Amino acid sequence: MLRDITIGQHFPGNSVLHRCDPRLKLVGTIAYIIVLFVASNPLGIALSLALLALLYAVAKIPYRLILKSLKPIVPIIIFTAVLNLFFITGDGEPLVRLWVFSIYKEGVSYAILMAVRVVALIAGTSLLTYTTSPIVLTDAIESLLRPLQKLHFPVHELAMMMTIALRFIPTLIEETEKIMNAQKARGAKLDNGKFTERIRALIPILIPLFISAFRRADELAMAMECRCYRGGEGRTRLKVLRFGKLDVQCALALAVLLGIILSTTLLF
Amino acid sequence: MEPMLKAQDVRFRYDPERPDYAVDGVSLEVKRGEFVAVLGGNGSGKSTLAKHFNAILLPETGTVLVEGIDTRTEEKLYDIRQKAGMVFQNPDNQIVATIVEEDVAFALENLGVPSEQIRTRVDEAMKMTGIYEYREKAPYKLSGGQKQRVAIAGVIAMRPDCLILDEATAMLDPRGRAAVMNTIHSLRAAGITIVSITHYMEEAAQADRVLVMSRGRIVMEGTPEEVFSQTERLKRYRLDVPQAAELRDELAAAGLPMPANVITPEACARALYDLLR
Amino acid sequence: MSEIIRCEHLRYVYNAGLPDETAALDDVSFSIEEGDFIGIIGSTGSGKSTLISHFNGLNRPTSGKIYVDGRDMWAEGEDLRSFRFLVGLVFQYPEYQLFEETCAQDIAYGPRNMGLSEEEIQRRVKEAAEFTGLSEDLLQRSPFELSGGQKRRVAIAGVMAMEPRILVLDEPAAGLDPEGRDTILAQIKAYHKKTGVTVVLVSHSMEDIAKYADKVLVMHKAGVAMYDTVENIFARAPELLELGLSVPQVTQIFLRLKEMGLDIKTDVYTMPYAVKTVLKAYNARHPEKPLPIPAEKGGEDHAS
Repeated sequence: MLRDITIGQHFPGNSVLHRCDPRLKLVGTIAYIIVLFVASNPLGIALSLALLALLYAVAKIPYRLILKSLKPIVPIIIFTAVLNLFFITGDGEPLVRLWVFSIYKEGVSYAILMAVRVVALIAGTSLLTYTTSPIVLTDAIESLLRPLQKLHFPVHELAMMMTIALRFIPTLIEETEKIMNAQKARGAKLDNGKFTERIRALIPILIPLFISAFRRADELAMAMECRCYRGGEGRTRLKVLRFGKLDVQCALALAVLLGIILSTTLLF
Repeated sequence: MEPMLKAQDVRFRYDPERPDYAVDGVSLEVKRGEFVAVLGGNGSGKSTLAKHFNAILLPETGTVLVEGIDTRTEEKLYDIRQKAGMVFQNPDNQIVATIVEEDVAFALENLGVPSEQIRTRVDEAMKMTGIYEYREKAPYKLSGGQKQRVAIAGVIAMRPDCLILDEATAMLDPRGRAAVMNTIHSLRAAGITIVSITHYMEEAAQADRVLVMSRGRIVMEGTPEEVFSQTERLKRYRLDVPQAAELRDELAAAGLPMPANVITPEACARALYDLLR
Repeated sequence: MSEIIRCEHLRYVYNAGLPDETAALDDVSFSIEEGDFIGIIGSTGSGKSTLISHFNGLNRPTSGKIYVDGRDMWAEGEDLRSFRFLVGLVFQYPEYQLFEETCAQDIAYGPRNMGLSEEEIQRRVKEAAEFTGLSEDLLQRSPFELSGGQKRRVAIAGVMAMEPRILVLDEPAAGLDPEGRDTILAQIKAYHKKTGVTVVLVSHSMEDIAKYADKVLVMHKAGVAMYDTVENIFARAPELLELGLSVPQVTQIFLRLKEMGLDIKTDVYTMPYAVKTVLKAYNARHPEKPLPIPAEKGGEDHAS
């Protein structure tokens, strides 16, 4: 069903990774992605994958979830791999010649490298969302971006927008389902017909949806005012992010491991 | 003692170009600890009046005082909103956060309450409204009645003296309505003044005092017994009449010596028992 | 009379195969005669909304069969859309589905989807507007300018204009004030009387069911708990209370009298019948000066 789709699926748990400061996880994920692209030698990639496998094991997230998160981007991975395969030329003799295309050794290794990298990238970011609830992640982003507030960047507003979006996505999905059913009951043809017909068939769904979204926004604004909302100034939080002992240990461990992976570039 | 809420000859219209007033000369006082129900049909002005009690709307003429503070006093706006908390009809459109307890904390975060105090006050509000067990759930997974109690908890966390419910049960099923009414009764027992705007006669009958609004004015006022026993007038304002009161009237008209002010099934059954045994 | 809807061992399961698998409908069998006015009652989660969404094929039963006008809805080669024209479904808060520029255009949306001629569409819009008391002037206005009750009537007219054989309404009065509620329910009743179309009314309000329906289907925990005429259902008022449902206040009064030890009928659910029952009981105890019992008002009373 539509409403089962949630952004950044959270996989609740109580592992070290779950309990870690979300800011560390966010920064760590970015660092991991950078390492993935800098240490692009076979050993570096292999170690990166090993680190990822280790982290999934620590977080007790089943590996099959990786496959699930990869599913939507499989066509992209295959497409880029095929492109790399055919369009990268090497110095030596081509391995295979197909009509006007030639496949070189470099092409094969680069195609594999890219595919593995993309898989690791997706699996790495998925690990972040699996172990961190969206709301905590929003807090982390707000906290990390806070220095930009001095430059008049609307950090709090951005975080509030993300929170409200996360809150209302399931509501609006449910509403879309209801409206679709209501129009189907009035004989709307939603799933077949020519392209232009299908676009036209969307109007009876989109208009009520927009009107309802505006009405909700209006009412929400009033309810927020009634609860004394006046922007980010002077705001406190129920849950304060604290960088504790555990986080220091995790940060050090991660830094060491990423450092080892980076050092492989010296070997190649 | 200062009344909790006081309205003096309040008039308000949405469009100053047109002569129709949504609230047309209303004066009333709500005492501390009182449970007042404002009953009326659509367009009677009851919701417009309610929005005056925490300065969402300001009167065109007349004054509204919340614990003696004029709602026009801009620098006291947040004091007023904290003293007189407001809950609206659609629970979906007043919940801000993706986790119940985060939502209950929202107002306290806005008020800059220190984190440790937020924790205790949020827990207290969730226990008072009976939603403590759902504290870590996502609001969209709750039923309508549960969601509305989350919204009430979010207001109660501000420790208001008065809770204004603007048709807070209109979108709920009977079970959700009963749960919200139970919560209201326990809040009242905790000393919170309640003003409930509703078109459900059964809910108004549970109040200490009932006000009936029609066309922007208060047209009836009294205890539930006094108001609901006037079946003819209620029908004229197109409101529901308790069936017990209606049966009493019909029987009295048919010649049975029925007592006055019968509005509950229990009272009606007792009166009939005396006549029929 | 002939059968218009027949459900045989209908079963519908949510999240099949998952740990939280739940049957929203479990072995539901019953049939509705053409021309009936049926009330469906049950608490939230009893399966009543799931049931009515099966009536026009928005949900496909996990097992069991559903026949509309004698045709098996999910048989090979059946056109599902044709069932949606047979069974008109009005959802809860239907005003949220309005989208056209004018009310008239919105009411015409369903008939237009049926591929009718412009002339026929206009005739139907006019007729549906009459049933729901929408004036000519209102029809030319945008639905978004109207009051809540008016919007809802436009939405109901939009389904009536499809001239279904069965009109199914899920809580058509939800959230309306007493006046709006009475107006809409009275219009639906009048429409039923005039056209003879089968009406299925889902409601939480026992008072409304008692006032408008001829037969009542009580849903409980994904199954049919009772299905009978209104009189027979209310004669079983204590069972309704056991199912967690309410009974009208008048019924409560008579149940209480019985509980107090009085020998009195408890199948009372309308005001005129309540008055008559009390007066008869009074006269039986005071034969020396009996009170006159009011004459029956047509239609509002029922034989006991």
